[in-house]
Amino acid sequence: MSDGTAQREEAVVASPPIDWLPILLTVAVAVIALPLIGSVSTWVTLTVAALAMGMIIFIMASGLTLVFGLMDVINFGHGVFISVGAYMSLLVLRPLMGWVDSPSLMLNIGVLILCIFVAMAASGLFGLLFERVIIRPVYRQHLKQILVTMGGLIVIEQLLHVFFGGSPITIALPYNFRGGLSIGPDTIVERYRLIAVVIGVAVFVAMMLVLNRTRIGLLVRAGVENPEMVEALGYRIRRIFVGVFVAGSALAGLGGVMWGFYQQTLTIGMGLQVLVLIFIVVIIGGLGSIGGCLIGSMLVALVANYTAFLEPKIALVSNIALMLVVLMWRPQGLYPVVKV
Amino acid sequence: MSEPLLTLEGVHTHIGRYHILQGVDFAVPRGSFTVLLGRNGAGKTTTLRTIMGLWKASRGSIRFAGQDLAARPTPEIAASGIAYVPENMSVFSGLTVRENLILAARSGKIDDTRLEWIFSLFPAMQRFFGLAAGTLSGGQKQMLAISRALIEPRDLILIDEPTKGLAPAIVANMIKAFREVKNAGTTVLLVEQNFMAAKMLGDSVAVMDDGRVVHRGAMAELAADHALQHRLLGLHMEVHQ
Amino acid sequence: MLSRVISGDGPRSPVLTAALLLILVVLAFAPFLFSGAQPLNVAAKICVFILLVASYDLLLGYTGIVSFAHTMFFGIGGYGAAIALSRLGPSWSALALGIVVAIVVAGLLALVIGLFSLRVRAIFFAMITLAVATAFLVLASQLSGFTGGEDGLNYSVPESLRPSFRLLEQPVFGTVVNGRIVTYYILFFVVLAGFLLLLRIVNSPFGSVLQAIRENEFRAEALGYPVVIYRSIASVVSAVIAAVAGVLLALWLRYTGPDTTLSFAIMIDVLLMVVIGGMGTLYGAVIGSVLMIIAENYLPAVFGKLGAAAAGIPFAPLILSADRWLLWLGILFVLSVYFFPTGIVGKLRALWQNRKGGAPQTRSARAEHEKE
Repeated sequence: MSDGTAQREEAVVASPPIDWLPILLTVAVAVIALPLIGSVSTWVTLTVAALAMGMIIFIMASGLTLVFGLMDVINFGHGVFISVGAYMSLLVLRPLMGWVDSPSLMLNIGVLILCIFVAMAASGLFGLLFERVIIRPVYRQHLKQILVTMGGLIVIEQLLHVFFGGSPITIALPYNFRGGLSIGPDTIVERYRLIAVVIGVAVFVAMMLVLNRTRIGLLVRAGVENPEMVEALGYRIRRIFVGVFVAGSALAGLGGVMWGFYQQTLTIGMGLQVLVLIFIVVIIGGLGSIGGCLIGSMLVALVANYTAFLEPKIALVSNIALMLVVLMWRPQGLYPVVKV
Repeated sequence: MSEPLLTLEGVHTHIGRYHILQGVDFAVPRGSFTVLLGRNGAGKTTTLRTIMGLWKASRGSIRFAGQDLAARPTPEIAASGIAYVPENMSVFSGLTVRENLILAARSGKIDDTRLEWIFSLFPAMQRFFGLAAGTLSGGQKQMLAISRALIEPRDLILIDEPTKGLAPAIVANMIKAFREVKNAGTTVLLVEQNFMAAKMLGDSVAVMDDGRVVHRGAMAELAADHALQHRLLGLHMEVHQ
Repeated sequence: MLSRVISGDGPRSPVLTAALLLILVVLAFAPFLFSGAQPLNVAAKICVFILLVASYDLLLGYTGIVSFAHTMFFGIGGYGAAIALSRLGPSWSALALGIVVAIVVAGLLALVIGLFSLRVRAIFFAMITLAVATAFLVLASQLSGFTGGEDGLNYSVPESLRPSFRLLEQPVFGTVVNGRIVTYYILFFVVLAGFLLLLRIVNSPFGSVLQAIRENEFRAEALGYPVVIYRSIASVVSAVIAAVAGVLLALWLRYTGPDTTLSFAIMIDVLLMVVIGGMGTLYGAVIGSVLMIIAENYLPAVFGKLGAAAAGIPFAPLILSADRWLLWLGILFVLSVYFFPTGIVGKLRALWQNRKGGAPQTRSARAEHEKE
């Protein structure tokens, strides 16, 4: 047979098509909101806030969606790593009050980095324990997974209660991150939100580099698609999974620190509150899809911020409505993960 | 002949409550091309999956190069030198062809001379080397799946129905490539429904039915004995003529 | 005759039978057995939770899906009665309207959630119910003009249910039969009827299909049972019964607020009661509710004393304090899912079965071998 025959028989598709519709939907939501809000400066403020919130939610949700993709494990305890991360930042903030209130930008950045480091280390460690103790015995049993991970969440939340007390704790932003920044006539954007966007983008870029440029990243992506074949190539999917689980927990902890500063109040239940948003995000995005997770985070954050301004009482309800609309359009989420 | 590379003795496999393999015995001699034939549901795919450890054998022994594989986890079995090309090809569709091959090369780097060799087997691969595997056609995916098994030297390659659903021209190309692989001295265990392809490639043959091996022998022998073919394989050969 | 009442699904363990009979008798005569308001409150709460937990078991134990919205339906019942009674006045017709609206709302909401989430993946159900229930809780606390917000609603019940009402002129066994006792018996008999109805449902052909789906979704689908429809119907039935339980609680407390009906803590309680009692047995709901509610009412005091006793040890008072009740429940919950998946009822049945020398009870064995 000649090679020419093969060429005619198999038309090569030019390039992997990017599905633009969900991205357009996100932009459309922002555009439609403008006339409803009426004021450009308010709209800019809300949109920047949504970007910041979206990036934070993405950081927290990415671990959950990858863990599900890799091992079909749904972790209802994921929210508690957010609380753990947020509360661990207290361990840094309390002794280093001077750094927080210092006008020195270096000290401000230093304390933020320390918070992030401690939070990620602690929640990563909790993640490792959680995987061993809570999740390992219930692989491939969704019903029990939901029950025990929810139980684990309660236990760790209660432990936070024991050590930090139940009442909400107010935290102060480092000196230079307080207040707003004027970026145009009548348009002020809070500094911390810009910082959150910067950190969020940095984490996203780093994650994309790891997933697309490293061998580990290739293994994770391959494992999400077909864990069995990854094993048949000689890799231990369990190890990859534990690694992703710990990394996902650490990222949830990072998100917890950022969310804590965003709200400037810590509550024990904050993780569970955010978990609800995260679930909406991963369902909208498509369970297991990292790109879907990003778009889902942005959509949820935009809708949450716009409705919080337009009709605050229905903020969460509007996100559920968004989820229902998306599920009607694409029942598997915006970017369904093709499983073998 | 020396000890076979792979020997299955009395292998039983249960999937859930179903007893699929009910005592499978056969051997794959070193350097040979062995074909596993049999009708749909005879247990051929289950046999390959059991060798890979993707289903656990509930009884029996699977010996490969002097070690018992039956109780070992899949990654260890793969690392001991067995490559597997499953029936559905299982290419990672979100990864490019190149990335698929990088993962298959466990050392982390693609060996250039082997890649050249693969390109000589499947010249079309060069054209879609940079594309996402999900965008490939069925035949191209099959080429990739086989290349993934060839990118590193392996002692044994298990291939499950590579010609299924492919156009005749591509099947011919595939057979040509398998000949090359065979000439390079790699031991192959091929599951095949297409008797013509099997006849052209196989040195030895095992025929399965109802979870057991019902015939073992040289391929030439089976190819010459039409009555035996008819008894073992029914109408399959006519279908594929 | 008795066997027909309980749909042929007996306790299948003498210890369990004795415990259930004892519970039945104590609850049936509670107003005459105890004096004071507290024991009757506990008995009424037990009644309401038996129905609530049993209706949840229809989902978790028999259908094999996890819902976090059960308290939402409970709350819809409670708020339905509360809003009707406080807006339209304490009449029977207002109450009836409240009940009908609550049941319709609960049923429709359950249907919509079921069709949306179960169509794709059973696991979505747990996630979506959590989201919807949270949104509902937020909404109930925000729409204060309608629901009374965080404070909830206080209202009067129809006259013959008030403490001042006398059904009989003379006390019976030394107890005055007032409107509270009438209310209690309404609760008791509605719960009894609801429980027997649930027993009937799970032992009907419909119930068998639900269990077949729980065991093997794909096989059930292949046999021609539309899995999504069956699961959605189970979810609707469960929601409606939960709403009825909510109405009963609203009648008893004469108050409805987020903390008594909607809170996540109640959802966790319900989960615990099902798991500890024994999933997929219905009788487990009775045992679980009784144990947990008695423990919740009387153990915190014990914990308080323990904590005070352990005052010298660092963190011990904190961990043992009455406020840390939930910590121990959480640990208990995780441990029971791992080591005690069939719960008390499953264990009792297995013990009796072994004693009789038979094979282990199939149903508990199946629960142990749970798949999705």
